[in-house]
Formats: sequence, structure tokens, C-alpha cells
Amino acid sequence: MNILQTIPLNHYIMLSALLFSIGAMGVLLRRNAIILLMCVELMLNAVNLLFAAFSVHHADGGGQVMVIFIMTVAAAEVAVGLAIIVMMFRKAGTTDINLFDTLKW
Amino acid sequence: MTLTVFYLLSALSVFSGLMVVLSRKAVHSVLYLVFCFFTIAGHYLMLNAQFLAAVHVIVYAGAIMVLFLFVIMMLNLNLAAEAQKTPWIKISAVILSGLMLLVLVASVKGAEELSAAQPQNDIGLVKNIGNILFDKYLLPFELISLLLLSAMVGAVLMGRKEPQPQNE
Repeated sequence: MNILQTIPLNHYIMLSALLFSIGAMGVLLRRNAIILLMCVELMLNAVNLLFAAFSVHHADGGGQVMVIFIMTVAAAEVAVGLAIIVMMFRKAGTTDINLFDTLKW
Repeated sequence: MTLTVFYLLSALSVFSGLMVVLSRKAVHSVLYLVFCFFTIAGHYLMLNAQFLAAVHVIVYAGAIMVLFLFVIMMLNLNLAAEAQKTPWIKISAVILSGLMLLVLVASVKGAEELSAAQPQNDIGLVKNIGNILFDKYLLPFELISLLLLSAMVGAVLMGRKEPQPQNE
């Protein structure tokens, strides 16, 4: 039995769009830099889910390989991002992004 | 039956995603995000992408979220109340993301669905993924190891304490 004969692809698209929008809302809404990174992770996961759904639907494994690459990039991003946040915390004693506006025009 | 499971998993992932954004304490956000990742792993299992589900649980729930938890506990962020944005910015953030959702959904709504050539169920098994990964995508696979190496070097370089200048 194929899963996509019971669940149409549209459902996966809607779910991914919803999760992506929630992540974007978090990025705009919060001020803690760590929570911002977590919301970016949520957005990446929404895209990953859609990649996997399309891969199964089109019988092409390339989409799932792409998901593995995205996971690797996400891991690298989190490692470097958290290092930057820890350094910011050491310099300023906070992770509030509104206080780090030196580069803002 | 399958559709019911799908709806249940989707509701759980959307709920936990919302709680990541809305909960006040950073540790609660991390725990909700871990839960969200587990529901997404459930989605992968339903798609019969077993390798992806395993890697997702190991890498995201096992490594990345533990790193987040570690940093939050190290910086002791749970004590300090997070500063809030002004109500106007909050309202406009919600409206903006709602508009983005509207545009995404509306652009897909009228799209014509391409029918799959021959839907296969065994494409997510380890054997097939490995065959594709080490055959067609070998060069990107090697390059991504370079990316991981440089990220590791960068993280170690930034994370270490700066040496104190010697007073003479």
C-alpha cells in the first residue's frame, strides 16, 4: 500500500507552509538569540519534510539525499551560531538581540 | 486510519511549534522543539523514509537540541526574564507571518498536481539511499565533510577564552 494514495501531497504542502510560517513568526517575535536559532531550525525542518514528501511522491531518492545535506548544514550552523552567542554573552552579559545594533545603519 | 494518524501527528507538530514560539522560558521552548522533532520523525516513518527518521532523531533530538540545552543551562538564561518587544512589533510580526502563510497557500492552491511516474515505497530504505548518495551525489558528500570540518574549527576558535594580555 502506498502512503501517498491515502494522504494527498497537498496535505504535506499545507503542513510545511504552516510550520514554516510559525518559525518565521518566532524569528520576528522573540528577542532571545537562542530562541531565534531554534525558530530557524523549525523552518529548516518544515522544508525537510516537504523534500521527503516530494521525494517519495516522485519516486526519486535525490530529495532524501538533499534532506541529509540540509541536516548537515543545520548542524554546522547551530555549532557556529551557538559559539557566536556564547561569545556575545561573555562580552555583554545578555543574549538580547536588540542590544547588539552596532552594525545597524 | 492512515489519514487519522497523519492529522494527529500534524496537530501535535503544529501545537508544539507554536509553543516553541510562545512559551516564556527558554528551556520549555527547547523541550517543545524536541517534541516537535519527534513528531516530524513520525511523519518520516509514515512516508517510509526509515533512514531519514533515524538520522533525524539522532542528529536533531540527540545532538543539536542537547547543544541548545547545554548552552541555555551554561548561560543560566532561565533566571532572567526575557525582554519583550513592543506590542506594535508583536502584532505586525503575527500579521506578517500570517500574510506569508496566505501567500504560500494561495500560490499552491490552484497548482496542477503532477502525477508520479510510479510511486515506490522502498525508496527511503538505507540500501537505496546509500546507493544514490555514494553514486550520484559523491562529490557533494565529500564537500559537506569539509563544511563540517570548517564549522568545527570555527566553533572551537570562537568558543575558547581569549588569552589575557600580559601586564608588564
